[in-house]
Amino acid sequence: MSHYELDARRMLCPMPVIKTQNKVKELSEGDILDVICTDPGALSDIPAWARINGHEVVSNREVDDELIITVRVGS
Amino acid sequence: MTKKHKAIALISGGLDSLLAVRVLQEQGIEVEGINFYTGFCVEGHTHAIRNQDKDKKKRNNALWAAEQLGIKLHIVDVIEEYKDVLLNPKHGYGANMNPCLDCKIFMVSKAVEWVKENRKDGFDFIITGEVIGQRPMSQRKETMPIISNESGADDILLRPLCAKNLPPTKPELEGWVDREKLYDFSGRNRKPQMALAKQFGFTDYASPAGGCCFLTDKNYSDKLVDLWDARGSREYEMDDIMLLKVGRHIRPKPEFKLIIARDAGESKYLEGYRKQFVTIQVVSHNGPLTMIDGDLKPEDYDFAAGIVARYGQGRDAEQVDVEISVPGEEKLLRSIKPLSTDQVNKEWHV
Repeated sequence: MSHYELDARRMLCPMPVIKTQNKVKELSEGDILDVICTDPGALSDIPAWARINGHEVVSNREVDDELIITVRVGS
Repeated sequence: MTKKHKAIALISGGLDSLLAVRVLQEQGIEVEGINFYTGFCVEGHTHAIRNQDKDKKKRNNALWAAEQLGIKLHIVDVIEEYKDVLLNPKHGYGANMNPCLDCKIFMVSKAVEWVKENRKDGFDFIITGEVIGQRPMSQRKETMPIISNESGADDILLRPLCAKNLPPTKPELEGWVDREKLYDFSGRNRKPQMALAKQFGFTDYASPAGGCCFLTDKNYSDKLVDLWDARGSREYEMDDIMLLKVGRHIRPKPEFKLIIARDAGESKYLEGYRKQFVTIQVVSHNGPLTMIDGDLKPEDYDFAAGIVARYGQGRDAEQVDVEISVPGEEKLLRSIKPLSTDQVNKEWHV
C-alpha cells in the first residue's frame, strides 16, 4: 500500500473528480490518495464518484481553506 | 453460452439519459455511463463561486444519475478536443454560440472510440437519451441519421426512448434488445418521460427544462464573442472560459476589460488569478476585487480604477484609495475619484 497526493487546487468540479479518476487508474487496490482541492463541490462529487466506482472516501478535512479528501482505492 | 452484450450510455445527468439507461436495465442489459466535460458544462461551476448559490444543493447530476442507476460513470475531459467543435462547427450554431449538432456528433464519436477500446469487456453498442423533436437543433428526425453516420456509430447507436420511430438498429436486429419494449416518444412534450420516471420510481431528477451548456446562454455567448473580437483571434484557454462565468464584465476600451466581482465569493475566486493578471481593489472602502483582462496601460490606471470604485461602498466619496497590482511589480496606491453612474457608459457592459 502506498500513499499519494493529488493537487486539484483552484480547479472547479468536475475537474477534481476527473483528475482523481485518472490518478486512481494508475494506482493499486488499497493505495491511499489525498486529493487537495478548494472547490467545496468536491465534497459531494468525489464521494459520489468513489461510491459508484468501488472506491472509498475514508476522510475529508479542511486545512487552511483547503480541503483534503482521502480516497482508498478499491478493486 | 450466449454472449452478454453491454452498452455505454451518454449521461448528461438529465431525465432522458436516466430513463434511457433504466429502460435497457429492465431488459437485463449491463450499462456503464460516459460523461464528457467540455469546459462549458453548467455542472458545478457557478455554485462553487457565488455567495448567492452557497445554499444550493451541490451535486454533479451525471454522478448522481449514475448512482441512482447503480452504474459506473466515466467522466472524460474533452476540453482541448472540443475547441475544434466550437470553432469550426460543420452544421453551424444554434440561437447562440451553441454548436449542438456537431457537439452531439462529437460526443457519440468519442463513445464509439470508447466501445472500440472496451469491446473485449463486452461493450458493443451505445445508447443516448435522445428524443425526436425534443431539441430544435440536434434532436430532429432528420438529424438522427446524421448523428449516427457522422459519428461513425451507424447501427450501434440505439435511442431507447424513441427507437420505435426510427429504423431498427443492430442491437434490435440481433435480438440483444427487445424492440417491443422500447419507446416511441417524440416532440417537446415531457409528459411521457415524467410518467415513465414515475413508473421507475425516479422523483428527484434534474429539471427537464434546465440547459446543460453555457453556450446556449445569450449573455455567456456575447461575452465569448466579445473576447474573440477584442483579441482578434478565436483561440481560448480554460481560464478564459471559466472567467466568462465570473463577475461583471465591462470593456471601456477595446484593449482591456474589467472583470468586477459581484460578491465575496467571486472576489475570492478572482484572488487565484492575482499572480497572472493586473488587479485593482479599493482599499479605503469595501469593494470588489477587479481583474483586468487585456492590456491596461499606465495612463489608463486612474480611469479603470474610477470604474472599479463605482462598484464599491465608496462610490459617492470624493476620493477613494485604490491598490493596483501588476504581477511582478510593486503595488501602486492611488487616490482617485469614483466615476459617476452617467460616466460608466452602458455600452461598455459586455
